[in-house]
Amino acid sequence: MSDYSYLDVKGRIFDIQRYSIHDGIGIRTIVFLKGCALRCRWCCNPESQSYDIETMMVNGRPRTYGEDITVREVMQTVRRDMPYYSRSDGGLTLSGGESLLQPEFAEALLHAGRDLGVNTAMESMGFADFSTIERILPYLDTYLMDIKHMDPMKHKEWCGRENTRMVENAMKIARSGMTKLIIRVPVIPGFNDTEEEIAAIARYADSLPGVDEIDLLPYHNFGQGKYEGLGRPYPMGDAKSPTTEHMMRLKAAAERGTDLYCQIGG
Amino acid sequence: MRNFDSTPAAKSDRIDRMVKHLFHKMPEIEAARAELITESYKSSEGLPETTRKALAFDHILKNLPIIIRPEELIVGSTTIAPRGCQTYPEFSYEWLEAEFDTVATRSADPFYISEETKRRLRAVNPYWKGKTTSELARSYMAPETIRAMDHNFFTPGNYYYNGVGHVNVHYDRVINEGLRGIMAQASNVLSRLTVCDPEYATKRRFLEAVIISCNAVIEYARRYSRLAKDEAAKESDPRRKAELIKISEVCAHVPEHPARSFQEACQAFWFVQQTMQIESSGHSISPGRFDQYMYPYYEKDIDNGVITRDEAQELIDCVWVKLNDLNKCRDAVSAEGFAGYSLFQNLIVGGQTPDGRDATNDLSFMCLDATKHVFLPQPSISIRVWNGSAKELLIRAAEVTRTGIGFPAYYNDEIIIPSMENRGIPLSDARNYCIIGCVEPHVPGKEDGWHDAAFFNMVRPLEMVFSNGMDKGEEASIHTGNIEDFTSYEEFKAAYKKQMDYNIALLVNADNSIDRAHGERSPLPFESALIDDCIERGMPLQSGGAHYNFTGPQGFGIANVADSLYTVKKLVFEEKRFTLGELARAMQMNFGKGFDEITAREVAEQVARSVAATGETVTDKLISDTVKSVLGMEIDPAEKARYEEIWQMIDDLPKYGNDVDEIDTIAREAAHFYTRPLPNYRNPRGGIFQAGLYPVSANVPLGAQTGATPDGRLAHMPVADGVSPTNGKDLHGPTASCNSVARLDHGDASNGTLFNMKIHPTAMSGEKGLEDFVSLVRGFFDQKGMHMQFNVVDKETLLDAQAHPEKYQGLVVRVAGYSALFTTLSKSLQDDIIRRTAQGQFR
Repeated sequence: MSDYSYLDVKGRIFDIQRYSIHDGIGIRTIVFLKGCALRCRWCCNPESQSYDIETMMVNGRPRTYGEDITVREVMQTVRRDMPYYSRSDGGLTLSGGESLLQPEFAEALLHAGRDLGVNTAMESMGFADFSTIERILPYLDTYLMDIKHMDPMKHKEWCGRENTRMVENAMKIARSGMTKLIIRVPVIPGFNDTEEEIAAIARYADSLPGVDEIDLLPYHNFGQGKYEGLGRPYPMGDAKSPTTEHMMRLKAAAERGTDLYCQIGG
Repeated sequence: MRNFDSTPAAKSDRIDRMVKHLFHKMPEIEAARAELITESYKSSEGLPETTRKALAFDHILKNLPIIIRPEELIVGSTTIAPRGCQTYPEFSYEWLEAEFDTVATRSADPFYISEETKRRLRAVNPYWKGKTTSELARSYMAPETIRAMDHNFFTPGNYYYNGVGHVNVHYDRVINEGLRGIMAQASNVLSRLTVCDPEYATKRRFLEAVIISCNAVIEYARRYSRLAKDEAAKESDPRRKAELIKISEVCAHVPEHPARSFQEACQAFWFVQQTMQIESSGHSISPGRFDQYMYPYYEKDIDNGVITRDEAQELIDCVWVKLNDLNKCRDAVSAEGFAGYSLFQNLIVGGQTPDGRDATNDLSFMCLDATKHVFLPQPSISIRVWNGSAKELLIRAAEVTRTGIGFPAYYNDEIIIPSMENRGIPLSDARNYCIIGCVEPHVPGKEDGWHDAAFFNMVRPLEMVFSNGMDKGEEASIHTGNIEDFTSYEEFKAAYKKQMDYNIALLVNADNSIDRAHGERSPLPFESALIDDCIERGMPLQSGGAHYNFTGPQGFGIANVADSLYTVKKLVFEEKRFTLGELARAMQMNFGKGFDEITAREVAEQVARSVAATGETVTDKLISDTVKSVLGMEIDPAEKARYEEIWQMIDDLPKYGNDVDEIDTIAREAAHFYTRPLPNYRNPRGGIFQAGLYPVSANVPLGAQTGATPDGRLAHMPVADGVSPTNGKDLHGPTASCNSVARLDHGDASNGTLFNMKIHPTAMSGEKGLEDFVSLVRGFFDQKGMHMQFNVVDKETLLDAQAHPEKYQGLVVRVAGYSALFTTLSKSLQDDIIRRTAQGQFR
């Protein structure tokens, strides 16, 4: 008899967003897991960072972020959009936070997604031991991995931690050949928005076996209101989104000397 | 699957110039038709009505001024002024005289009218006093029906004041056989008619009228042939001269004879489309499956090298421009309900052939491209989607949607065909369906569907449950008991059903009275000639000559009713947060959120009535004082706080449109309260009623006649449109919204349902955006949704267009079953469109 106990695994999420079409193939449902290892200054989901259940003001009214929920319950929502996944080859995406901080829950969710027969994806920096990631890979079709910078010190300065382990994990994931790995780079003014910095990431991405796509995600300030709602200062101040022309230059820089296809936006 | 060429053909440079000419000034009302029909009627008194109609049609077509507009390839204009309109005093005229001085300045669909035209119309209109269809219809109605209409439970205004229209005719027969073929059929039936046939008198008169009318259209085409020849003689530009000579040849041949080329087929189509609208003032005369019946002519000309694809595209684009040349002036109230100068000429591509194969062909693509080229509200272009639809066609349709024009509307064969079969239509006819007007499925050339027969406001009977049948101080409906006495949700619901049943029966009475009046006063021999089986049966369409007969009145406000029932179930009976009496008072006091002018005026009218009843005189001062005191009324702060608290509790409840099974099930039941009783009623043409669930744009004006409702909707705000969730209340994205809507029983609303969705442009960007959009439509249709249409425009653009209309003259938006120029809509309708939730924005 099969063991379905993974459906009873509990985890902490802060949102489920349906009809997501900018993260992965087709029409998707994103489950946002709460808690993150990094504190990136530009983070547009500050309510995702702390594992604690928090209250944020939304349109003048308090709203609670953070809910402990079983995989079975999450899948009840995910399942509702089956007709759209079937038509678009879409499915379930895990995002965060860093999903790998709740490894058992993440694994169980992806396992349940695989049971539904839909495409599974995870947005993650790879912040975990590779042995943890290895457990998840059999259930994962697409790994959307952030590499924000190649310089560990600059990474630490802007995100709170060095990225050495994550960069190494990228290579291990790529070598496993078990999932489609796509590298994503948030383009942040003053942090990594020069052609040299982007080209360095692209060169590394190109060295990863099987990786043929890199996505550049231009900085936006849509998260600013949330910082106010949480009573926190907005770390990016009045930084502007990169212009389209600049993004095109960065795209050219990423594609120059690599075999990568570079897409602007998810 | 049939092979097709989907590569886009070029856009001719004449199209933009033709569009500019068409829109260079405000549309104008002309008097010629009213004068001609009056002249004819004065000289035909005493003859049978059918004969008089045919003689009048002939007289009009012989004498109506004609014009060929610059650069046209397809000719035939009903007015000298571009986008002008004629008037139709035989249906009704009083409203226009009353609105002579405001029609040019009103907010919805203004028309210019010259002093000279007013004088000419005033001279002929009096002849029609006592002779119009609307007067006869009213005389047939039950007193309680008139009372229900006065209290705005429903409005049958469409056919009450106008011709019926709302058909698709045998364009294919005129193109393939020529009007000579139709006349030969009529002569044949006439020759077989025996003198002892009990219907000899009416049959003979009708068949003769058919022949007169067809001949009138042939003569009309010949006038254009001569005009083109005259203009060619004067033309100095050799290219245009050649075009005019060609036009002259084409109009000498069609629609009298079978078309010999694609251009002749287009011209024959156009004469039918145009002259039908001269015969009566009915709108929604819908070209239907243009890509199917035109295809053989296109294919033959392409195969024989007679025409290039670019030339064929240019002809199609020219037909599209012509469809925008026709116009109609409605009364001010109806203009709000059908805002945007729309004639709802629905033209549909794709779908299946009668034998069940995919129908996609080159023209399916070229029709969609024509809409992109011309970028105007007509035709209302639609697309049929089925499990075997060509994906390229859906992607091309999505590209048109992405332009923001609001076209095409998407229709689901997989639910429409079975729903038609359920009404007794055989499979092959059901597979051949087209769409009439907004969203109404229809058998081409065989049906008189009387679609759009009335707007029924499903929220008003709910108000009557709370008031026990009283409205504005008067008895307006049946008594269903004191609201404070209901002890369960089921009792409350049963009362609502009773109120619905009572008013639906009155709606049937109104429609049947009008139907009878059209049968007696408005037989239309030309239209009848082009629909089966009128000729064979010797009977006009208006007497029941069609092969299939229906009456399709539409209900709207499902979202409000569902959310209201849920409020009562949840907050009153399950959680006991407040009583029904308390809710009734909160609604009366508009949830403590103040009163508007409409309420103030309603109260003043009631005061005036009761003062008048005592025999005292009602002074202007009394009225203005009452209005002032209502507007400035202070309610007790504690009471006000409680009403606001109640509103907040209601607002916090989940609503229809969020994929919540419990509420969606209530919505399904609420829709059944409207759709299920109707097919039990019969119309005078021998058919049954069938429900539609769509509002055109009437949800705005009729909402303004509806008080606050238990779903938290404030007094006089728009009622939810069609089957869509209440604006701004669907918070979980398009898939959740679609799932809720799909949970309704669309198959039971066989006169059509309408689902509006606003999509943010970013959700459709790139190739992936198009693919995901098609998947969204597919996913909704897989669950038996019936129809979907989209506004792809961001809120900022609409707000800017409201503030600076001069910058957005060409901004076309989806209103209801049609698109219109945004800047021509009234402020309240613009606001309603802006409020529709935009789906798919970035997180």
